[in-house]
Amino acid sequence: MLLKKLTEAHGVSGNEKEVRNIIIEELKDYVDDIQIDRIGNVIVYKKGEIDTPRLMLAAHMDEVGLMITKIEDSGLLRFTCVGGIDQRILVSKPVLVGNKKINGVIGAKPFHLQKKSEWKKALDYKELYIDIGVSSKEEAEKLVKPGEYVSFSSNYTEFGDNLIKAKSLDDRVGCSILIDILKTKRKLSIYGVFTVMEEIGLVGAGPAAYRIEPDIGIVLEGTICSDVSGTEKHLQATELGKGPAISVMDRTTIFNQKLRSHLIEIANKNNIPYQLRKTTFGGNDSGKIHLSKAGSITATLSVPCRYIHSPISVMNKNDYTNTEKLLNLFIEDLEKGGFYSEL
Amino acid sequence: MSFNGDLLKKLVNAFGPSGDERQIAEVIEKEIVDYVDEVSYDSLGNLIARKKGNGKKIMLAAHMDQIGLLITDIDDKGFLRFTNIGGVSPYISLGQRVIFKNGVIGAIHMEPMDDYSKLKLENMYIDIGVSSKEDAEKLVSIGDSCVFKSQYYENEDYVISGYMDDRIGCYILIETIKSLKENINDLYFVFTSQEEVGLRGAKTSAYRIDPDFGVALDVTGSGDTPKAKRFAVGLGKGAAIKVKDQSIIVSPKVKEFMIKTAKDNNIPYQLEVLENGGTDSGAIHLTREGIPSGVISVPTRYVHSPNETISKNDVNNCINLLLKIINSEVDF
Repeated sequence: MLLKKLTEAHGVSGNEKEVRNIIIEELKDYVDDIQIDRIGNVIVYKKGEIDTPRLMLAAHMDEVGLMITKIEDSGLLRFTCVGGIDQRILVSKPVLVGNKKINGVIGAKPFHLQKKSEWKKALDYKELYIDIGVSSKEEAEKLVKPGEYVSFSSNYTEFGDNLIKAKSLDDRVGCSILIDILKTKRKLSIYGVFTVMEEIGLVGAGPAAYRIEPDIGIVLEGTICSDVSGTEKHLQATELGKGPAISVMDRTTIFNQKLRSHLIEIANKNNIPYQLRKTTFGGNDSGKIHLSKAGSITATLSVPCRYIHSPISVMNKNDYTNTEKLLNLFIEDLEKGGFYSEL
Repeated sequence: MSFNGDLLKKLVNAFGPSGDERQIAEVIEKEIVDYVDEVSYDSLGNLIARKKGNGKKIMLAAHMDQIGLLITDIDDKGFLRFTNIGGVSPYISLGQRVIFKNGVIGAIHMEPMDDYSKLKLENMYIDIGVSSKEDAEKLVSIGDSCVFKSQYYENEDYVISGYMDDRIGCYILIETIKSLKENINDLYFVFTSQEEVGLRGAKTSAYRIDPDFGVALDVTGSGDTPKAKRFAVGLGKGAAIKVKDQSIIVSPKVKEFMIKTAKDNNIPYQLEVLENGGTDSGAIHLTREGIPSGVISVPTRYVHSPNETISKNDVNNCINLLLKIINSEVDF
């Protein structure tokens, strides 16, 4: 299954090669052109019969993770975080180190040796280390160098009522939907962009949008979902199983109202469940896309993901299907001259 | 020069929080359409008016968006939760009235709280005078935005009102357009969108226009109130020529040109070194290969409150300075 392959691949920001290769392999027989631009984005062109509006669909390939900063004399590895990671989730996690994927675990001082006061506070990543099972710096250096990436080791698992547990659903779920969309034959030409380094500041999307100059940009994302206990109702961004989340505003974009209303109208007309993303925290590639050159109109469609940015993010398969369905209908509508010609 | 209070009142009362500027844009368009050669909109909602000339391309920018609130949730009893659009203080919001695009009015209040220093927007809500979610949803939807409802007041010298930021800049551009008899330069008057959330409209419009010179018109603070932080700008002391803020260090050539223009024409001016905040020139001057840009500011008390206060004389001096600048030969 594609989503399994994508989420089990490693691609911490700046090291997206493995994910990139899967995407290219998946798409090479279905599209007209695939380029890797100078920053590492995969830019896919699927030619149709019509070219207006110029449509850019984007999903980011990278995931949050860690990077080795120092090898201690003991052979233990010190690290820093790449992208936004809740440090409290790090301790005791299995990880894979470097491109050789050396097995490691994130360790800390055992519970028994901690002072009572230490129990109460979360350990900072500076107090943690990665143990790759060697006993000296020399041995460790044969396997790993400072600057190498580390990602969580976490298998794709289906469980419960239509749910999926995996790492990096943010944003491999977007990549997977985008691959599906690009495999379908269409009347409208489409630029599909798989961006790099979104998690460290929307780095890849700017150069991609600069090259493509889209009229409309749609960003596919995995987004915050906090529909569980401990979050007040009005602060819950999205809910699992309630359909694609359509963004209103985040820290990088105020989304075009007409496009948002249009997507809602399509969803209503076709009985596709949807929700509005009820928070304005975070940002995504749209922030760069809509401000590139003379600007464009953008929307973000997201699959809600619980426990995002952790090794065990959780999503609902129905949300995936409905996100894809809504996007397909939107494209079909554009092909019939809807929305853009009415602006 | 007389002061057109009726126009300013119309401008501050038009609806236009960042991202939803259509209503204010239409008000402005109606005012200027007979005085310019072309009017257009872009994908971010910027209103771009051109007055053709044979000289250099000059972009004049005033942002038409205003800070506001965005509805994020409606509870079972019809109370609305919200987040900020731009820099909104919870302390200044408390007890204010808001108005939606459709005219619905609401009052901002907060959950019971012992320690006011912990006040955050997420602990506050808007009451629109309904008793159920169902009734609320007839009037307001999640994703709708609203703005503070303020009252316009003017006396002989001053104006007190919400949303001088930056409708006063729009006023200056409109009055400049109207009093421009002829122009040597090719002028683009841009009423920008989404300045309050990060100079966004200026970025895309500057790219499109690709000007030789850019000037933004915006409010700045004032250092002339009781125990104010040290800031050498005060009301009634003239047009403020920007030296720097967080978004731009104005090129010495541009600054000297603006100062010289003021001096040569006996227009009162003051120099503005702003430690916090930025404006559209911050985006314009970094567009493409870089565009020489300056700022003319209107000294304003209580910025981002419903009682932003300005001096009419300062505004007229800004218009006079701008008129002289845009009819100069510019070459940086």
